[in-house]
Amino acid sequence: MSPNTQEGIVDRELRSPSYLQNGTTIRSWLLTTDHKRIGILYAMSITFFFFLGGIAATLIRLELISPTGLFLTNDEYNRAFTLHGIVMVWFFLVPSIPTTLGNFLLPMMIGAKDVAFPRLNLMSWYLFIAGGLLTVLALIAGGVDTGWTFYTPFSTLYSNSHVLLAAMGVFVVGFSSIATGVNFIATVHLLRAKGMTWMRLPLFGWAMYTTSLVMVLATPVLAMSLLLVVAERAFGLPIFDPRSGGDPLLFQHLFWFYSHPAVYIMVLPAFGVVSEIITCEARRRIFGYQFMVYAMVVIAVIGFMVWGHHMFVSGQSAFASLVFSFLSFVIAVPSAIKVFNWTGTLYRGQIRFSAPMLYALGFIGLFTIGGLTGLFLASIPIDVDLTDTYFVVAHFHYIMVGGSVSAFFGGLHFWWPKITGRMYSERLAQFAAISMFFGFNFTFFPQFIMGWMGMPRRYHLYAPEFQPWHVMSSMGAVVLAFGYAWPVFYLGWSLFKGQRAPDNPWDATGLEWQTRSPPPKENFDRTPVVTDGPYKYHPQDSTPHEVEQAQAPQVP
Amino acid sequence: MPPEASTLAPRIDHLMLILVGMSVLIVSLVSALLIVFSIRYRRGSTAKRGRLPEWVSREIEIGWTAATFFVALFIFWFAAALQGAQYKMPKNAMEVHVVAKQWMWKLEHPNGRREINALHVPVGVPVRLVMTSQDVIHSFFVPAFRIKQDVLPGRYTEAWFEAKEVGTYHLFCAEYCGTDHSKMTGGIVVMPRAAYARWSRGVDEHGTLAQQGAQLFRQLGCTGCHGQSARVRAPSLAGIFGRRQPMEGGGFKVADEEYIHDSILQPQKDVVAGYTPVMPSYQGIASEDDVVRLIAYLKTPNGGSVE
Ligand code: HEC
Ligand SMILES: [Cu+2]
Ligand SMILES: [Cu+2]
Repeated sequence: MSPNTQEGIVDRELRSPSYLQNGTTIRSWLLTTDHKRIGILYAMSITFFFFLGGIAATLIRLELISPTGLFLTNDEYNRAFTLHGIVMVWFFLVPSIPTTLGNFLLPMMIGAKDVAFPRLNLMSWYLFIAGGLLTVLALIAGGVDTGWTFYTPFSTLYSNSHVLLAAMGVFVVGFSSIATGVNFIATVHLLRAKGMTWMRLPLFGWAMYTTSLVMVLATPVLAMSLLLVVAERAFGLPIFDPRSGGDPLLFQHLFWFYSHPAVYIMVLPAFGVVSEIITCEARRRIFGYQFMVYAMVVIAVIGFMVWGHHMFVSGQSAFASLVFSFLSFVIAVPSAIKVFNWTGTLYRGQIRFSAPMLYALGFIGLFTIGGLTGLFLASIPIDVDLTDTYFVVAHFHYIMVGGSVSAFFGGLHFWWPKITGRMYSERLAQFAAISMFFGFNFTFFPQFIMGWMGMPRRYHLYAPEFQPWHVMSSMGAVVLAFGYAWPVFYLGWSLFKGQRAPDNPWDATGLEWQTRSPPPKENFDRTPVVTDGPYKYHPQDSTPHEVEQAQAPQVP
Repeated sequence: MPPEASTLAPRIDHLMLILVGMSVLIVSLVSALLIVFSIRYRRGSTAKRGRLPEWVSREIEIGWTAATFFVALFIFWFAAALQGAQYKMPKNAMEVHVVAKQWMWKLEHPNGRREINALHVPVGVPVRLVMTSQDVIHSFFVPAFRIKQDVLPGRYTEAWFEAKEVGTYHLFCAEYCGTDHSKMTGGIVVMPRAAYARWSRGVDEHGTLAQQGAQLFRQLGCTGCHGQSARVRAPSLAGIFGRRQPMEGGGFKVADEEYIHDSILQPQKDVVAGYTPVMPSYQGIASEDDVVRLIAYLKTPNGGSVE
């Protein structure tokens, strides 16, 4: 344990209270502008939505055990997968890392007292709640059956469900994304501590910055396309209806113009988290820091130019498909670079297999598989066969659930002592990480195979030859569900009974570790000055034989 | 694995195998490195550390960036070459019209024979599908043929296949289309040529598609304007199919299926140069099936040149 522990306990009464003790009324939480408390508010809200979406997923996997269904009607099944998609994408995955870990850590990592616009930050949470309420209302009113993609003209003219409520919910929650994005961009530009140059930013900072750019540029397009859906459905303005000269494909272009970049909103933050964990737990500088930064920037930019790969069979021109296919291959390159660099970071390290590290290693494996199967789908002839089958379902779950959710859980454990001031049980957490990894593969690998065999997605009833694969997948989901639910117990226990955490339990170099656990409201007792790049776990070109303390942690 | 029942299927599978091979290679490489490093450099192990070797440098970074880029380029090129074959419609293909609606497939053979949720085709003959939807977007998916094409309202989309194996194969709707999406399935029955000839001779009593179209052409009053003795000034439709028509406001349009479809249902959209747009819209009067028949009629050599 680091020598800071003793000092921390002695000084506890002398210094200003931690952000948790600084006001304990409900009011002090609901009106807080402290980025750390807002991060906690977000964490509680997205946990609720994660389990709501999880319930829908459970229903789906149960139902699919039999080719003729078990207890749901077709309509109920359609509503279940729509709910699962909408809730998981917009109310869990998109906000997950940025609004919780990002809110909590970004200002601390760059040595700031708060984000640039603390009140806007609070407003973004209220927007999130408002959007969430509308969506939950749509659910209570009877649900939505359009799929999370809201394809026209089905959503505007044919669906008999609560499309308007759900679309408005997503519309509103989009603004909370935009607010967070604007805030983070301004924060990184304006509030970096003295000496924190761009090329000294930790990769998590870069991840938040690039994600925010994508959020700010892409989300307005989602807002637009949903408004057009509302205009046609509620006011009969023919925009997508071909009978009046509208174009149903227009919606798909707009929707994917947002929704492909949204994939990167979900995965760039994960890149950041994983980079922080691997460097610390392997006691290594990141391999190729600059390349890691450029890779994220390139991904954020090209991410805007590949949306058409969702539309190879939609009737779009063959030439357009060719261009989108090409760009989709191009964007695979920076993603591959990142995988190589994380692997390279392990070389000559001092690797510790803590729970966060297990999550991070799992992330690399699952993300690699997700990325490679993306190349299948970027190849037009293969995509024609595989699109809208379970192959696609498996592919994006590998990226967004195997990848991003693993990283989220890894980050949650890694920074848990900093956030809560408590330690968790390492053994129990390692067990959760391992069950999540295996559960995930059991659930989703069979879906690649049945997709290849031709099982279409969003099918309630299916041909009997697919049943063995569905049963396998559902059995894997039991393990996976355990992997997700289990942390609730030991982390909950840690909140109340866990050992007090020292300031820097993992001996990490980030600025956020150079302050108390949990941090005071102002983050630092003295404003930090930065004199060096991140990840100084060893001298520039030599790695130590023994586990050493991080080199020269930044002194406040 | 799914049967390879079309001429295209083995070629797609070939590419698929290359990609699977490459993926297995890369996943093995990455996981081998992860595992070896994890064991060798676990905390406190005695493995050699110290000065980092020369190759841990910028050059290696540039090296593997370039390598991945070339692999990506290669696959793209390979796939694009195959894409050409996939889209090139063979000439003299047998033409089948597909009309999709919530939640069934209606298929119409050139000789007027109609089927629902089933399609009989001869083996070894290229089949061209001309498809449209009456309501929402659907998608025509035959896994055994490795083909899929969205079917849109207000538009014709095309796909083709040449079955090479006799048998019955799944037809799925692959684009989510509402309540009974998962019931919008059917079968493609590939028959030996002789058997198909026998099957298709059981002609519909209504006559071929074109004959039915000719009847509709009269019933719906098209002759009133487009007939030779009509009093309204309207362009002659004799030999219209495939002709390049000058448009009011400049430019030309080729009179293909889509153009004729829109001329009937949305006459205001493209107006022929020199004519007043007096043609009424047949939206709600002529169904998509009717339009298919009218087009079949206008495609015949003397279609549209009625008395
Ligand atoms: C009231 C008279 C009228 C009736 C009835 C009518 N049309 Fe027309 N049609 C016209 C006129 C005038 C034009 C040329 C102006 C335009 O393009 O809209 C035209 C154009 C067309 C064209 C485009 C021709 C070209 O040269 O490019 C097609 C195809 C067509 N009509 C088919 C039909 C069919 C099929 C019917 C019956 C279902 C029909 N029309 C009924 C008046 C009529
Ligand atoms: Cu995409
Ligand atoms: Cu469908």
